[in-house]
Amino acid sequence: MSAESELLEKIRVLSRPVRIMHICGTHERTISRYGLRDVLPAEIEVLSGPGCPVCVTPEEEIDRAIALAESGVIITSFGDMMRVPGSNGSLMDARSRGCDVRMVYSIDDAIAIAKKDPRSKVVFFAIGFETTAPTNAAAILRNPPENFSLLLSHKLTIPAVSELIKEIEVDAFIAPGHVCTIIGVHPFQQFAEQGFPIVAAGFEAVDLLLSIVMILEQMNGSGKYSAENAYPRAVRDEGNVRAQEMMYRVFEITDSQWRGLGTIKGSGLKLNPEFAKYDASVIYADLISEKMKNISYEKSASSLCHCAEILKGKEKPDNCPLFSKKCTPSTPVGSCMVSQEGMCYNWYRYRGADSA
Amino acid sequence: MCIAIPGKVTSLLDEYTAMVDFGGVERQIKLDLLGGCDDALLGQYVLVHVGYAISLLTEEEGKETLALIEELMEGE
Repeated sequence: MSAESELLEKIRVLSRPVRIMHICGTHERTISRYGLRDVLPAEIEVLSGPGCPVCVTPEEEIDRAIALAESGVIITSFGDMMRVPGSNGSLMDARSRGCDVRMVYSIDDAIAIAKKDPRSKVVFFAIGFETTAPTNAAAILRNPPENFSLLLSHKLTIPAVSELIKEIEVDAFIAPGHVCTIIGVHPFQQFAEQGFPIVAAGFEAVDLLLSIVMILEQMNGSGKYSAENAYPRAVRDEGNVRAQEMMYRVFEITDSQWRGLGTIKGSGLKLNPEFAKYDASVIYADLISEKMKNISYEKSASSLCHCAEILKGKEKPDNCPLFSKKCTPSTPVGSCMVSQEGMCYNWYRYRGADSA
Repeated sequence: MCIAIPGKVTSLLDEYTAMVDFGGVERQIKLDLLGGCDDALLGQYVLVHVGYAISLLTEEEGKETLALIEELMEGE
């Protein structure tokens, strides 16, 4: 008997009606790819939360990056981010209009571009959760050249979950494994104490099934919940303390805007004053405001899509009128259709467009 | 974005940079978040995210995850 079928058997024994939300795009990818929703008992509902950094980046932040690209700055970013539409196309569209937009694998690739041509202005569009922010902090602590800067769009997981539990109906959470690699499991304990069992999971089908077993065991137990770790091969309970220290040496907490969720207090990062010389939003404030002054966000194409409700687990992709019609992986309207971690992308790819 | 994959540290290049073997493909990665390059990291398995090692894995855990990933790739 395989580990998966043993875990599924355990789940069948422990099963009860429950709504479990994961908050990680890579979890969604595993769940969709292996069709886990189809093999779980029907009373166990697995919802996809706002766990894909590309998906939660709002149009305004993309527009800021495009404004810089249109002003002659070299914009560098991870591949997925380049195809997400802002209010007037994506970074990729800006590139096709002649802007210098380059895809990088790591912040260090972007720094190398800046070093190679000291007269250029190179900006790294820094997105991602607590997993990615420390890598950018580490690069800044190595004193990159002054023609290099960061356009920050980092998001923090814990404040987003705090907001979500106020307005959605879920019973338990699967915590994002690689975020937990950095911040540990302890910060999630507050949600357990508020009545939500929460288990950090890895990214294989067995990891996710194990986390569901652990959630059900908690729910069938004494009623006292806790934040548990189903991914000990990569996650220490206290996380990577050195990475946390580096992150908060370089960045400080600020409010941040999320696609679909609005502004969440304390959910973003900005550079500490000591590192302000690397803050593209300060260095190029005039260029950005000049290009952004005529943009209206009320009538943009993506305001028709249901990304906001999908990111909160309130709707499924096929509730969206654009899904698989106007919005497909080759012509995404909303952010959830772009990334391999997006709910709509995974729904489209693994369930088939004809299921809509 | 959240994706991180395990690899084995094969050589140290400078204070922060190492070569890591991802099942036959070698790439330069940074070790800042594990405290920079240290001879003790040679031969160790690390979990790498956007060019940075974010966590140390035991050899057994690293190999096990790599085997799982290879299996997945074959199934693509």
